Amino acid sequence: MSLLHIAIFAPLLFAIFIPFLFKRLRLIHTGWFVFGLSIILFIYFLQFLSDIRDYEIQETIDWIPSLGINFTAYVDGLSLLFALLITGIGSLVALYSIYYLSKEKEDLGSFYVYLLMFMGAMLGVVLSDNLIVLYTFWELTSFSSFLLIGYWYHKERSRYGAQKSMLITVFGGLAMLGGFLLLYLMTGTFSIREIVSMTSDITADPFFIPALVLVLLGAFTKSAQFPFHIWLPDAMEAPTPVSAYLHSATMVKAGIYLVARLSPIFAAQGTWFWLVAGFGIFTLTWASFNAVKQTDLKAILAYSTVSQLGLIMSLLGVGAAALHYSFLDDNLYMAATFAAVFHLINHATFKGSLFMVVGIVDHETGTRDIRKLGGLMQIMPITFTIALIGTFSMAGLPPFNGFLSKEMFLAAMVNVISLDIFNMETWGVLFPVIAWIGSVFTFVYSMLLLFKTFTGDFKPEKLEKKPHEAPFGMLLPPIILGALVVVFGFFPNILSASIIEPAAKAIAPVLIDAGQEYNSHISFWHGFTPELYMTIGIIIFGAFLYVTLPTWGKIYRRFPEKLSINYFYDQGLIRAESGSRGLTNSYMNGSIRTYMIYILISFVGILTFSIIRKDAFSFTTEGLAPIGLYEVVLGIIIFGASITILVAKSRLTSIIALGAVGYTVALFFVLFRAPDLVLTQLVIETISVALFLLAFYHLPKINRKEERIGFKLTNALVAAGVGVIVTIIAFSALSNRLFESISQYYVENTAEKAGGFNMVNVILVDFRGFDTMFEIAVLGIAALGIYGMIKLRLSRREDL
Amino acid sequence: MEIFMSVLIGFLFASAVYLMLSKSLLRIIIGTGLLSHGAHLMLLTMAGLKKGTVPLLGEQAKAYTDPIPQALILTAIVISFGVTAFFLVLAYRAYQELGTDNIDEMRGTE
Repeated sequence: MSLLHIAIFAPLLFAIFIPFLFKRLRLIHTGWFVFGLSIILFIYFLQFLSDIRDYEIQETIDWIPSLGINFTAYVDGLSLLFALLITGIGSLVALYSIYYLSKEKEDLGSFYVYLLMFMGAMLGVVLSDNLIVLYTFWELTSFSSFLLIGYWYHKERSRYGAQKSMLITVFGGLAMLGGFLLLYLMTGTFSIREIVSMTSDITADPFFIPALVLVLLGAFTKSAQFPFHIWLPDAMEAPTPVSAYLHSATMVKAGIYLVARLSPIFAAQGTWFWLVAGFGIFTLTWASFNAVKQTDLKAILAYSTVSQLGLIMSLLGVGAAALHYSFLDDNLYMAATFAAVFHLINHATFKGSLFMVVGIVDHETGTRDIRKLGGLMQIMPITFTIALIGTFSMAGLPPFNGFLSKEMFLAAMVNVISLDIFNMETWGVLFPVIAWIGSVFTFVYSMLLLFKTFTGDFKPEKLEKKPHEAPFGMLLPPIILGALVVVFGFFPNILSASIIEPAAKAIAPVLIDAGQEYNSHISFWHGFTPELYMTIGIIIFGAFLYVTLPTWGKIYRRFPEKLSINYFYDQGLIRAESGSRGLTNSYMNGSIRTYMIYILISFVGILTFSIIRKDAFSFTTEGLAPIGLYEVVLGIIIFGASITILVAKSRLTSIIALGAVGYTVALFFVLFRAPDLVLTQLVIETISVALFLLAFYHLPKINRKEERIGFKLTNALVAAGVGVIVTIIAFSALSNRLFESISQYYVENTAEKAGGFNMVNVILVDFRGFDTMFEIAVLGIAALGIYGMIKLRLSRREDL
Repeated sequence: MEIFMSVLIGFLFASAVYLMLSKSLLRIIIGTGLLSHGAHLMLLTMAGLKKGTVPLLGEQAKAYTDPIPQALILTAIVISFGVTAFFLVLAYRAYQELGTDNIDEMRGTE
């Protein structure tokens, strides 16, 4: 147990104490403790910054060593970047939530337990080297996210959103587990770094592409890529600190992390490039297009998050192309990976601050609907300033950090045109075009978010509260994030050397040999490049679209509801439910006869199939006893008696015929030399008939009028099938005697060892006495049961 | 002889199944009775018929019939008797409580 492990488990362990702190220390807001813990963790992870440039840190504790499952914590640039995001934004969110959530009205104990659970799980995801451990923490993030979305569980929409996110992310998580297991089958290890070192051996494996697709399913569902993005807007029912933390800065980036982490294994594949870059770029444009029509501030931000995640995803996809160009300097596609990491940080800063801003607006006005908001600039100047920084950065305007990463993104997309692999000569030109369209819409919704909220007419009559500026504590976290947006915008290289380069090195380790350095491209951000003209185009065209929104905005209403993915999801759930109900109702009809028919038909079917399949039917008359006259006569009696039962209209006839069959069987026992059986059979048949007659007296007449011809025909067919198959099996069993009977032992030893002369009785009480003991038990239980049924008459109680 | 017995047993099974698929409880119980007769005869037949004399050592014979199936059948007879008796009383009680012996009217749909 190293300090690193303790750091990962610290939030989970601390979560145990939260309910006590909440109950005992009512005066102090529980969030302060959480804030303290995350700050400590943040500082702890900061100290790795100097180490990871030179070497990687690895610590192992055994979990299930026999299965190769050990908790190996592993710190390199990529995991450190995520760990810093998680703990850094985690502390700011904790601070924000102290002012956002009321100490008196809310169940803070549960809230911080869930939040810490999530933080620990997320640290585990990004810091573990073992795939199974990663999967365990991965599901814990889904689970804690489910709890947090459903935090206000009395609201129906919360429960709907929680369920939806759970279904979608767990679906992806399970697919991902499948991919991990396939990787294990190919390599024999769960360790990511060992798998990376074996990559060249497994690329030709037939499991390789299925593993790739399954892992990507996990990443796409978690990171809300098209068409799995639908859970994210509904997850906005969570409290705003949760939306800021989970659904913009950390959890939704777990998929990005997975793609980046497994890039060294899969990135050389054309499938990977196409799926990651293609789905990413489509998600970017689709979501930014949809964000414009939203009227709820958090919904805009949700679609914006989806869109930005698509942007990062597509950059990672394009970055994968770097592996096909062995030179490192001036490797344009390596720049894409670099841009992906840079934008990841930028997005976490500005999206976190924007969510907090929206939370403040909601908190101070009582609504998040942009149709009701407006003119808040004078009332909330600080909030407005932060929102301005955030939205301008999101739209990709200078001088904020979003501008830089957007430029790098556009540059990477332009470079796709010059790719000469994966058929990109023909299709590559689509990438910059789609990216540009997506960026235009990004500009439009960013401006909508800012100006519809803070400028225009102030409508106090539509607001539930009288708005005023938020308390300073609530403003502090977004101010810090906003400041970071500006700082990273003006001094991007403080990031590039310290964290982005090690992270990019972790994503593409093949390209960067030991000792070789990849020098960042952020330094040359001056100059008239194609992407600069594209940005100017975005601003001009975006501004035009923003002004003319009332005219062209009508096309959203023309978009058919039935083509939306939410409609498919909802209908799919309803259909799955009604379908399975219909299926169950169709065969579980409650009638014993139907179930008997299923059982018997399967019995006949399976036996027939196996007899035909194994060619098991055989028929010999060798070694059989000759047919005697007496047996034939008895056989005819049994035939006759059985037919009598079948056609009998009266109960008495049936019972007497059954008795006749029983006595004839006793006579068969006489002929086949079984004296004990004869005695037992005679006695028991007599008692049985007596019992039947007793019951006969109480039971009603057999009513066969309702049995139609079809009913009888089905029964007759099933019955004939059973009869024939039993006969055939009897034939085959008689003809395939594999070995001699063991009876000779009993014949020889009955007198000698057991001191008896009646072999059957000696077997029953001596050689195989246990059977007899439990047979006695059966009779005893039957007797007690009968006694109980007759004697105990509990009247039907209401509560039964 | 075994062939003849096999056909007879098959017929007993078929009749038993036919009865068990009917709606009246009494006929179902009669069906189970026939089914156990068929099963007992089958046990006996499969061990081979008429291979020797009765399994009593006092007979001093060269060959005896196989005693094991007989012991098994004896156990089976007793158990099927116990179950049949229980089942009959259950049918009687069910009729008393529910007023019907038609199993289609006994579906637990309430």
